[in-house]
Amino acid sequence: MKYSVILGTMTAAGLAAGAAMAGTLDDVQARGKLNCGVSTGLTGFAEPDASGVWQGFDIGVCRAVAAAVLGDPMAVEFVPLTTKVRFTALNSGEIDMLARNTTWTFQRDVELKLEFVGVNYYDGQGFLVPKALGVSSATELDGASICIQTGTTTELNLADFFRVNNISYEPIPVETGNEAKQQYFAGACDVYTTDASALASARAAAADPNTHVVLPEIISKEPLGPLVRHGDNEWGDVVRWTLNALISAEELGVTSGNMAEMVKGTNNPEINRLLGTEGTLGEWLGLSADWAQHAIAAGGNYGELFENNIGVNTPLGISRGLNAQWTDGGLIYSPPFR
Amino acid sequence: MVLPTDPSAAKFTFSMLINDKRYRGYTFQFTALIILIFAMAYLGWNLTQNLTAKGLNISYQFLKVPAGYDINQRLIEYTSQSTHLRASMVGVLNTLLVAFLGCIMATVIGVFAGILRLSNNWIVAKLMAIYVEVFRNVPVLIWILIVSGIFIVALPQPRSFRGENPEATMLWDAFAFTGRGIYAPKPIFNEGSSFVIVTFLLSLAAIFAYRRYARNKLYAEGVPLPTRWPSITLFFIPAIIVFFAAGSPIGMEYPELKGFNFKGGIWARGSLIALCFALSIYTGAFIAENVRAGIQAISKGQTEAAAALGMRPSFVMNLVILPQALRVIIPPLISQYLNLTKNSSLAIAVGYMDITGTLGGITLNQTGRAIEIVLLLMLFYLIISLSISAVMNVYNNSIKLKER
Repeated sequence: MKYSVILGTMTAAGLAAGAAMAGTLDDVQARGKLNCGVSTGLTGFAEPDASGVWQGFDIGVCRAVAAAVLGDPMAVEFVPLTTKVRFTALNSGEIDMLARNTTWTFQRDVELKLEFVGVNYYDGQGFLVPKALGVSSATELDGASICIQTGTTTELNLADFFRVNNISYEPIPVETGNEAKQQYFAGACDVYTTDASALASARAAAADPNTHVVLPEIISKEPLGPLVRHGDNEWGDVVRWTLNALISAEELGVTSGNMAEMVKGTNNPEINRLLGTEGTLGEWLGLSADWAQHAIAAGGNYGELFENNIGVNTPLGISRGLNAQWTDGGLIYSPPFR
Repeated sequence: MVLPTDPSAAKFTFSMLINDKRYRGYTFQFTALIILIFAMAYLGWNLTQNLTAKGLNISYQFLKVPAGYDINQRLIEYTSQSTHLRASMVGVLNTLLVAFLGCIMATVIGVFAGILRLSNNWIVAKLMAIYVEVFRNVPVLIWILIVSGIFIVALPQPRSFRGENPEATMLWDAFAFTGRGIYAPKPIFNEGSSFVIVTFLLSLAAIFAYRRYARNKLYAEGVPLPTRWPSITLFFIPAIIVFFAAGSPIGMEYPELKGFNFKGGIWARGSLIALCFALSIYTGAFIAENVRAGIQAISKGQTEAAAALGMRPSFVMNLVILPQALRVIIPPLISQYLNLTKNSSLAIAVGYMDITGTLGGITLNQTGRAIEIVLLLMLFYLIISLSISAVMNVYNNSIKLKER
C-alpha cells in the first residue's frame, strides 16, 4: 500500500492541478528548478556521492536539460523513485521528466500515455551469478532462486524466458536494486537478474567482483531513455533535443574541453548551428541561443558522460558496445541539427 | 384567564435551528454531511474530468488479460499465463494465510505474555514487561525487516549443505533450516491410508465425547474422572494399530538438496515465516496488554473466593478468572486482529506476495491502472476487516454476560 495509496490520491490531486497547468517548459522556468525523477540508487547511473550530490549517467541527462532550460546544471531537484511509483509520479506532474533507466515499451508509450524522447542506453536483461556455482549458461538455472525487482519489464521477460525453455525457478521479489544486491550477496537468492548495465553496477559493488560473473545470455531488448508526459510536445522537444545535442556533440567532436574554442566559430555549419552561433535553433525551442552549450558544459557530451560514469575506466567497466556512435558501429544516432 | 402556552408546543421558527438546543445538533450534523457529500462529489467529478482530459478512463478490463509474471507462493494453480484476476486471487489467499496464522500465533503469545506479566515471580513479570514495551513501541515494518534480516543471515543457505564436509547438515536427515525457509518431510498417502485417517478422526471425536462425559459427571456428581491419560491413549493407539494393520500406507517424502534448492517435502518459505513471526510478536505485545487489563478488571474477591473453596491456582485462572476476563478481552482483541491483517500489507518488504504485492504491486505496475487497483484494494481490505469483525462479534455475543 504505502506509496501507491498516497500516490493514488496525489494522482487525483495532481491531475486537478494538471488541468490548470501551463506548458511544462514555462513551469520549469517560472520555478527556476527542474524536477527530475531518478533511480533510488544505482552505482554509476544515479547515486548521491559522499557529499550528497547526485552523480551518474542518468543524472547527467537531468543536469543537461536543467542547463539547457535554466542555464544552471545544479538547478535540479532530484526525486528518487522506485519502479512502482515512477509513472504515477510523472503523470501526476510531481516530476517534469523521468531519467531512470526505464525501458521504452509499446504499452508504456501508448497505454500509459508517456512520451519516450529517445534512447540513451541500449541495454538487455542478463543474469549475475556467483562463480562458485559453476553455471555457464542461463539454461542451467533450473530450480534456482532468482532476485528480481518488482514492477519492471525484467519480471515479464524472466517469466517468458523460463516458460519458453521449460525450466522452473523461484522468484524472490524485491523493491529496489539495493535490496536485490543485499539479498543476492547474503545468498538469499542464487541469481540476480536485471538489465546488464545494472548487473555490472551490482558486480562492481561486490566485496570481490571477480567472484561473480554475468552470464552470456541477454534475454531481452531494453532500450532505456528519458521520458516525459504525453501531450506537452514543446517540453518533449526540449528534452529530446537536449539528449540529441549531447549525442551530436560527441559525433561532431565537441567536448566540454574544446567547446570554448568551437564557440568562436568553426568551418562546420552543423557545429555552429548546434552551438547557436549560426541559425535560430534555440529560439525555435523557446530557449536561449546557447542552450546546447550549457547542456554540453554540464557534464560533457554523450561519450564523456559514458566514460566518466560507467565506462571501462570506472568500477562498472562497461564497454561502449551497442552504445557506440553509429559511425563506430553502435546504435547511438542523433537526427541532424538543421 | 389565559394559561401561558406550553413552551414545547411553541411555534417552530427557523431561528430555532441554531438557537434551540433540541435542533442545533441536527443542524450541524446535517450541514457537515452536506459539505462531506459535496467534497466527495467534487473529488470524483474532478477525477473523471481530468482522466477524460488525459484520454484515460476507469476500466477493469485489465483483470482479464494474462498477467505475464510468476508468483512464488501459490495456494491455487497459477502460471504466468493466468489472468491478472487469478494473480489477485493468489495474492488474496496469501494475505488470508498470513493473517490467519498470524492471528493464532499472536493470540497464543499475547495470552501467555499477558498472564505471565501478572506473575508473582519478579523476573518473569519484568521480562514480560520488557517484551511488551520493546515490541509495541517499535514500528512493525522495522520488526519485519529485523526478523527477516536475522532469518536470512543467521540460518545457512542451501549452498552450505553441499559438498563433502558441508558447513550445515539436516536435522535427523528430515528437516532443513535454511535462510530460504524451513523444509520438512511431507506425508505421502498411498492406498489404504484412508482407513488410518478415518480412525484418527474417530479417535479425535472419541476424545471430545469422553471429555464432555467427564465434565458432565463432574458437574452432576462431583466425581472427577481422569482426562489426561485416556486422551493421550485415544490419540495415538488406535491410529498406530490401524497404520500397521493396513501395512504402513502412509510414507514420507524427505526434502533433498537438488541443484540450487531443496526439493520435495513441505516448504515454508522464509518470507512467510519471517512476516508471520514479526506480525505476531508485534501484535502479541498489544494482546498481552489486553489480557492483563482483562484479568485485572476481575475483582480480587473472585480469586480469593475461589482459593477459599480450595481450588488450585491453575483452576482459579482457567475456571474462574479467564472466563470472566474474556468479556473484557474480546472487544479490543478484534481490533488487534484487524490491525494484524492490515499490517500484513507490508509483506513486500520481505518479498511475500500478498494482495498488495500482486494486485497492488506488479499488476499495478504492468497495467498502470493505479486508481482502479487502489479502489479494488480498499474494497478487499474493507471486506476482510468487516468479516473478521462480524465473526468476532458473534463470538463476543456468545460469551458475554447473559442478562435475563
